[in-house]
Amino acid sequence: MTITTPNGFTLDTAGQRIVVDPVTRIEGHMRCEVNVDDQGIIRNAVSTGTMWRGLEVILKGRDPRDAWAFTERICGVCTGTHALTSVRAVEDALGITIPDNANSIRNIMQLNLQIHDHIVHFYHLHALDWVNPVNALRADPKATSELQQMVSPNHPLSSPGYFRDVQNRLKAFVESGQLGIFKNGYWDNPAYLLPPEADLMATTHYLEALDLQKEIVKVHTVFGGKNPHPNWLVGGVPCPINVHSTGAVGAINIERLNLVSSIIDKCIEFNNNVYIPDVIAIGGFYKNWLYGGGLSGKSVLAYGDIPENANDFSPEQLHLPRGAIINGNMNEVLDVDVRDPEQIQEFVDHSWYEYGEPGRGLHPWDGETKPKYELGPNAKGSRTNIIEIDEAAKYSWIKAPRWKGHAMEVGPLARYVVGYAKGHEDIRNQVDGLLGTMGLPVSALFSTLGRTAARALESEYCGRLQKHFFDKLVANIKNGDESTANVAKWDPSTWPKEAKGVGMTEAPRGALGHWVKIKDGRIENYQCVVPTTWNGSPRDAAGNIGAFEASLMNTKVERPEEPVEILRTLHSFDPCLACSTHVMSPEGQELANVKVR
Amino acid sequence: MSQIETFYEVMRRQGITRRSFMKYCSLTASALGLGPAFVPKIAHAMETKPRTPVIWVNGLECTCCSESFIRGAHPLAKDVVLSMISLDYSHVLMAAAGHAAEAALEEAIEKYKGNYILAVEGNPPLNEDGMFCIVGGKPFVEQLRHVAAGAKAIISWGACASYGCVQAASPNPTRATPVHKVITDKPIIKVPGCPPIAEVMTGVITYMLTFDRLPELDRQGRPAMFYGQRIHDKCYRRPHFDAGQFVEAWDDDNARKGYCLYKMGCKGPTTYNACSTVGWNEGTSFPIQSGHGCIGCSEDGFWDQGGFYNRLTNIKQFGVEANADQVGMAAAGVVGGAVAVHAAVSALKRAQKKTQDKVEG
Repeated sequence: MTITTPNGFTLDTAGQRIVVDPVTRIEGHMRCEVNVDDQGIIRNAVSTGTMWRGLEVILKGRDPRDAWAFTERICGVCTGTHALTSVRAVEDALGITIPDNANSIRNIMQLNLQIHDHIVHFYHLHALDWVNPVNALRADPKATSELQQMVSPNHPLSSPGYFRDVQNRLKAFVESGQLGIFKNGYWDNPAYLLPPEADLMATTHYLEALDLQKEIVKVHTVFGGKNPHPNWLVGGVPCPINVHSTGAVGAINIERLNLVSSIIDKCIEFNNNVYIPDVIAIGGFYKNWLYGGGLSGKSVLAYGDIPENANDFSPEQLHLPRGAIINGNMNEVLDVDVRDPEQIQEFVDHSWYEYGEPGRGLHPWDGETKPKYELGPNAKGSRTNIIEIDEAAKYSWIKAPRWKGHAMEVGPLARYVVGYAKGHEDIRNQVDGLLGTMGLPVSALFSTLGRTAARALESEYCGRLQKHFFDKLVANIKNGDESTANVAKWDPSTWPKEAKGVGMTEAPRGALGHWVKIKDGRIENYQCVVPTTWNGSPRDAAGNIGAFEASLMNTKVERPEEPVEILRTLHSFDPCLACSTHVMSPEGQELANVKVR
Repeated sequence: MSQIETFYEVMRRQGITRRSFMKYCSLTASALGLGPAFVPKIAHAMETKPRTPVIWVNGLECTCCSESFIRGAHPLAKDVVLSMISLDYSHVLMAAAGHAAEAALEEAIEKYKGNYILAVEGNPPLNEDGMFCIVGGKPFVEQLRHVAAGAKAIISWGACASYGCVQAASPNPTRATPVHKVITDKPIIKVPGCPPIAEVMTGVITYMLTFDRLPELDRQGRPAMFYGQRIHDKCYRRPHFDAGQFVEAWDDDNARKGYCLYKMGCKGPTTYNACSTVGWNEGTSFPIQSGHGCIGCSEDGFWDQGGFYNRLTNIKQFGVEANADQVGMAAAGVVGGAVAVHAAVSALKRAQKKTQDKVEG
């Protein structure tokens, strides 16, 4: 049976069904099913979120000043971004402003997360979709060294001996027969296109990036005490500044600033010398594999982030752009108002929840959720042993958020498409530069590779911004301002009886919003709409498919039993399933009435 | 497996020199808090003991434990994964997916039956027939039971696996359940924290590999070497507590001087962890050092012990601090009573959370 979705995809369920569960190298639990025709082309795609934790239910009745810690535990990979979104939502509700230094420090932490997350994603979650470490054994270390020096003349680790050592280590590992994390990879699959030297170079950088990422996060450790899950504070940041006087140990002093500064430099260096050159080098071998565009050339959404000045979230003051593009009209970037009940709505017609009436959408402030785990009549298997999903019925723990009725893609590529369309100078320069180097047209952006490239460019941009805010912090301290927290409204007795607020960030994976209602000093309702809810959303009542599903359409799978291409495209979104699954309450329990008016 | 190589053989095969190997052993010794005398013992163990397969499964969690694990500095995460253990299944890091991933898991279970370590990140939800967490179309709890059956021992990584953590916070809508309540016939080592410190994680693994035994556990099943002391016991701000010098408000002068965060809700006095000794991210800092109180993330049920900014008041017995009281009182006299240190210490005397009294079953 063939159907065409309102957002322009023709689905055909006739061909062979391929199931990938678990989808690995992601955060959380996810399942994917596709139908391929006799040419191996994907004609139908189904993405299912397979976990739910109930954080928002748990938040009800708690102290809003504690919410950051709960929501931070939504995700340990994009650690901190939910916490930042949460303190922003609470500050918005209670009318709390933060000092300039707190804005700089929060930006540095958020940017640091972007860089860390993008690097770990590319090298440790995504690279094995493009890079074949087994093939690296066939590389000539000398030629690898030459390749390294050609693609990145300034990277110090480039001698033939260096690559030979890594290759020997890899060889011994493979020959031991205990392949560990590389076991059962699809290493003979023709979808891998790199020559052995590029494989060896990239595998070596997998290890270098593993060493580096533990350094990057020390910025969080300085300001937030630990990573993963640093500490945050409603009203500012918890770390005081004391650069001149006694007792400076434990406050931000010159030694701490120097540590942060040195890490910022390391991030910039790695982006310039390793990450960007690798994406260009690897991308060059795959530049004819331009599948995976999905919604990216049609409908993208970004809330924007990284405010230049404290407490000013107007779009022109944000370094990461805000806006929405629909129906592929790049000439018009639409304003986004996250408070407008008509703009962002969540639907549950194909999610394991119910609203009572079909086809209904709810704005997050008025979010309502009741569980309804059931498989459709055409599902194969049983309730606790799913063989095949029935996507005509409910099929995911993820809700379906829509912007003015449209399924939207969010994430680095969405930000870059919005930024490019808006004429954001840094973004334009980066994108034009990269496409020029690779000899690709702008349309090449709308692809799996484009998503991966946008993430790398963003890491580079965030590296420069991190330095900008560090300099700004130091300049402000030099001017005599050491303030890091505003405690005027710390005491709940200063709060209004009822309040509601919204916090937004651009998480590494895309637009993230928290909506909070506070009553009598306690959380009355809390809703998160997170990037993977947008990207991983199931269908809505009208039949629009979400970004994951759209991106898989029409991709050729070389060997259906080895779904490298599916993984490649899904990974390009950096799925985060613990984030994406939504609030709900088990039937029959008192919290079934998480309903707000 | 008929012939499993030793650490040393593997490291040598991977191009690591004898000299580097010995350096590695001495770093391991210091990571474990052991003196130089232990270096040859570790080296001997590494030369003769086989590599141990590790199967790492994920339930309801946020992946902060995996993220913390790869932050490991001594040993480095890459050395753990390439040279120390054989990480035969890890949903977060493995190349394979779907059927190929499941096949790798089954092969490891079969091949190393009774000899592998099962590392669990997250926990199984029991409501909705377990389908709040689905792996391969089935409830995660089934996978957990299946893998646990052949395990030599189980490591419960983090607060999720050890105690339930955030998804088990009241009202625990999914009935998220810690591992030891589901698996009752295997030795379980709890390594709590949200997440645990990277070097504590690698330290626990290295200890087992090196000494071929489980670490000594406390009443709650935690390795005593890392969880034997309260953060407060070794906090570098402790003298300020004893002297009655407290932060009174965020970013006040006392905060800038690094005074004690007890009045800001710090849970260091009732939290057993190595934050104030090992530190975070190669000892760069820990929460208190960076100005925020400890939220008690390695304690059972820490989400439901009142707000993170509420001063501890439910502490029943403070134990070792018999003379902290006198020290504190004397100091308060000197300071001039501006600080309610008596109240503070009395509260601490009542302190120690109920979880410390209860022996885990």
